[in-house]
Amino acid sequence: MWKFILRRLLVMIPQLFLLSIIVFMMAKAMPGDALSGQEINPRANPAELDRIREELGLNDPWYQQYLRWASNAVQGDFGISYTHKTPVMDVIEDRLWNTVFLALVTLIFTYMLAIPLGILSGRYNDTWVDKTVTGYSYVGFGTPIFIFALIMLFIFGFALDWFPSGGSVDSKVDEGTFAYVVSKINHLILPALSTALIATTSTIQYLRNEIIDNKIKDFVRTARSKGVPESKVYSRHILRNSFLPIAAFLGYEITGLIGGAVIIETIFSYPGLGQLFLSSVSLRDFSVVTAIVMMTGFATLLGTLLSDIILSAVDPRIRIE
Amino acid sequence: MTLLKVDNLKVHFPIRGGFFRSVVDHVKAVDGVSFELQQGETYGLVGESGSGKSTTGKAVVKLNDVTSGQILFEGRDLAALSRKEIKPFRKDIQMIFQDPYSSLNPKKRVLDIIAEPLRNFERLSPAEEKKIVQDFLDKVGLSPESIHKYPHEFSGGQRQRIGIARSLTLKPKLIIADEPVSALDVSVQAQVLNFLQDLQAEFNLTYLFVGHDLGVIRHMCDRMGVMYRGRLVEEGRSDEIYENPQHIYTKRLIAAIPDLEPEVRGDKVKLRKKLTAEYESSYSKFFDENGRAYDLKPISSTHRVALL
Amino acid sequence: MNKAILQIENLTTSFRIRNKYHAAVDDVSFTVNENEIVAVVGESGCGKSALALSIMQLHNKQRTKSEGTIKYKDQNLLTLNETQMNKVRGKEMGMIFQEPLTALNPLMTIGKQIEENLDYHTDLSGDEKKKRTIGLLTQVGIPYPERTYKQYPHELSGGMRQRAMISIAIACNPALVIADEPTTALDVTIQAQILDLLKDIQSRTKMGIILITHDLSVVAEVADRIVVMYAGQVVETGSVKEIFNNPLHPYTRSLLNSIPSATSEKNRLHVIEGIVPSIAKMDRVGCRFQDRIPWIPKHAHEERPQLHEVGKEHFVRCTCYKEFYFQAEGDALTHDITQSR
Repeated sequence: MWKFILRRLLVMIPQLFLLSIIVFMMAKAMPGDALSGQEINPRANPAELDRIREELGLNDPWYQQYLRWASNAVQGDFGISYTHKTPVMDVIEDRLWNTVFLALVTLIFTYMLAIPLGILSGRYNDTWVDKTVTGYSYVGFGTPIFIFALIMLFIFGFALDWFPSGGSVDSKVDEGTFAYVVSKINHLILPALSTALIATTSTIQYLRNEIIDNKIKDFVRTARSKGVPESKVYSRHILRNSFLPIAAFLGYEITGLIGGAVIIETIFSYPGLGQLFLSSVSLRDFSVVTAIVMMTGFATLLGTLLSDIILSAVDPRIRIE
Repeated sequence: MTLLKVDNLKVHFPIRGGFFRSVVDHVKAVDGVSFELQQGETYGLVGESGSGKSTTGKAVVKLNDVTSGQILFEGRDLAALSRKEIKPFRKDIQMIFQDPYSSLNPKKRVLDIIAEPLRNFERLSPAEEKKIVQDFLDKVGLSPESIHKYPHEFSGGQRQRIGIARSLTLKPKLIIADEPVSALDVSVQAQVLNFLQDLQAEFNLTYLFVGHDLGVIRHMCDRMGVMYRGRLVEEGRSDEIYENPQHIYTKRLIAAIPDLEPEVRGDKVKLRKKLTAEYESSYSKFFDENGRAYDLKPISSTHRVALL
Repeated sequence: MNKAILQIENLTTSFRIRNKYHAAVDDVSFTVNENEIVAVVGESGCGKSALALSIMQLHNKQRTKSEGTIKYKDQNLLTLNETQMNKVRGKEMGMIFQEPLTALNPLMTIGKQIEENLDYHTDLSGDEKKKRTIGLLTQVGIPYPERTYKQYPHELSGGMRQRAMISIAIACNPALVIADEPTTALDVTIQAQILDLLKDIQSRTKMGIILITHDLSVVAEVADRIVVMYAGQVVETGSVKEIFNNPLHPYTRSLLNSIPSATSEKNRLHVIEGIVPSIAKMDRVGCRFQDRIPWIPKHAHEERPQLHEVGKEHFVRCTCYKEFYFQAEGDALTHDITQSR
């Protein structure tokens, strides 16, 4: 097992290397640089800007710039954010944790909804329970997340004022206190729930179809022929087999949530990576953009690895040495 | 006339292991098999699953890569040809598969299924194509209107006949039938077997018949080869093998065929027990220290056995 | 005379298709005695598997209804509720299925799947269950029972999986085992081993076995009595010797003639024309086999075919057997072509 993980981690190196070149080249290919915005400032001296460019190495050939950037990046240094004037890692760090928390809570909500609803729907398929759940799923499939999130924000954030409508924590509470944690969670609930209510529908349907497929399998009939009571037929045979692909999908799901953070964080003005990414792009803060893209890429690779590990852990037919 | 000559065929599949997924060993699925098919005859390859019989059949049409050895079809070595060079030969050698349920595309109509090989090799107008397909449907005993139907509208035996019609459209010389009746009920099996014999007479076909049921093989084949662990252990005329088996594995295979006479069943159970004991006690007479069967040695002009 | 274990009387099992019930098992009666193998024979679609599942009551209750009686130990199984039936399944009756790979749970070890049977029907402790399971694996001829106990189904060969399946069925020493095409998915050599094993276990435990199969040669190898089913009905029944030496019903004779055997070498095999009628479209009046032997005159059949006793415990349905003969060589295929047109 550890050999497999190590090998997969080694394979990531060339993958990340390739990604980094593409990201770097694209960033360079974009018109302007971090100082372009200064040029329209009448007080900025063009000669002074050129001097700063020279000093920052922005006039060097691309490969020199790349090598400098890459060797620092490997050591966790993605350079200085031109807009925040602080190291990129410092800018990213808090935001990163916010996004990870949001993703985790969203994931918990997604499965809290998907597992019971999927089981009910699959076990009692073609009853009114199933039809209601399936109806909800279809609505969920058809609703764009950004519209739904805006509606949720309007109802629960503004009209009812149950939840805060922006930020990640109340600025009035101190870090480390219990009130701080409560406030953090309070800020997470609305964006997480909005995403989960939509994202869960595909998982519900997936689980439902797995259960319907599994309950007519031969081994379920074998279990019944042993005199296993119906409830145990479900818990020991049907459900275990139905959860398999869903568990395996977990890794990809996390990746998807981090990638999808851009929309939801922007709508809820939640200070996470997604929101940072969008603002950095518009401000041409390429050092931040490249760092976020690299991190997302790394997370994606880790997510697929996680999925493979989960799958091999739950399915004896798949063994990785 | 020799149509197909397989000479010392080996198909080895690599086993990968270790940190760099390097090849650590090989599964010797087919390990030095030689046999010949005369024009117009039916040759049976019989053995249990994992014996390499299907792999051998597939290697002839290059559905498997050949590790070494020759596959001479009308004198040309197919094993040495690239995938592109082999294309014209695919017309002459067709394959019939075991499962008529999964080997036909459920989303295609019978017309498209049967015409598919034609479309790969010949340019025909839709009218010509339809005529050919209907002719073949007629030959396999299905109505011309069937061309607009889908596979699920047919019974198992009819589906197998659709598969056979497809393999016939290019007028092949050799047909490799890989367990063509194993998935069918006895009554349907009879239908398909009769039908394969009729077609052979009509088109002067040569069959390589792969199967595990010695009763079926014996019924269909002029000559047969018995495969065990990737090797031929006995080869000869069907009646010779059936009536005078020499290799212990062949004996066990024959003893395993159920008999239609209930009176002899007690004897058969005893015979099987005796042969199992003999297999263990005289192992070295039939297999070398690596468990590999010996090379075939002739015991008559037509009968060869793998003995020390 | 051995004691009767299972007495099936006038069993009719119907499936709901588009809100109408159609009988797949139609007024079937037979008895299984202790220490006896009864083979139920027929083509696919004859109702033999539906019969097996009816005895165990494994059909989907919403779409199936069974009438008649299935008498086991003085109780009619058809009157039991799910909880009572669960005490019968696995404990009193075991079942073996055709395809051992799909019939075993891929995520559970072989050991656990056998023990599951003991979980619900015995009070054994964990260790005792394990011991018993290993004993069962040894009994069915698995060479390394300790290792196989911990293995998953995909790690075993087809023959070994079927052996494991058998040990599930016999785990609680049932009085009756129903084997539904237990060797159809296996190689001939493995088939012989599995049949010998079943026979061997039976001679030790004195249990009754219902063997469901389409292959008469398998029947000849192991069965004591035969029940031939066609289109949901019993068309012929009798002892193995009687049926093989003196088969009477045209269907039984046709099935026997379609098997390639040593003597049939290179000759044409008999083909039964047409197909088994589907249960929804079947004509339930008159001899159900008459469409497949159209050369036999209509008057040879009974209007309402009954089972007639023709010998000691030998019964044949309909009177058409008296006038039945096989068609001349080659005719079968031409007929078949005209039919499919």
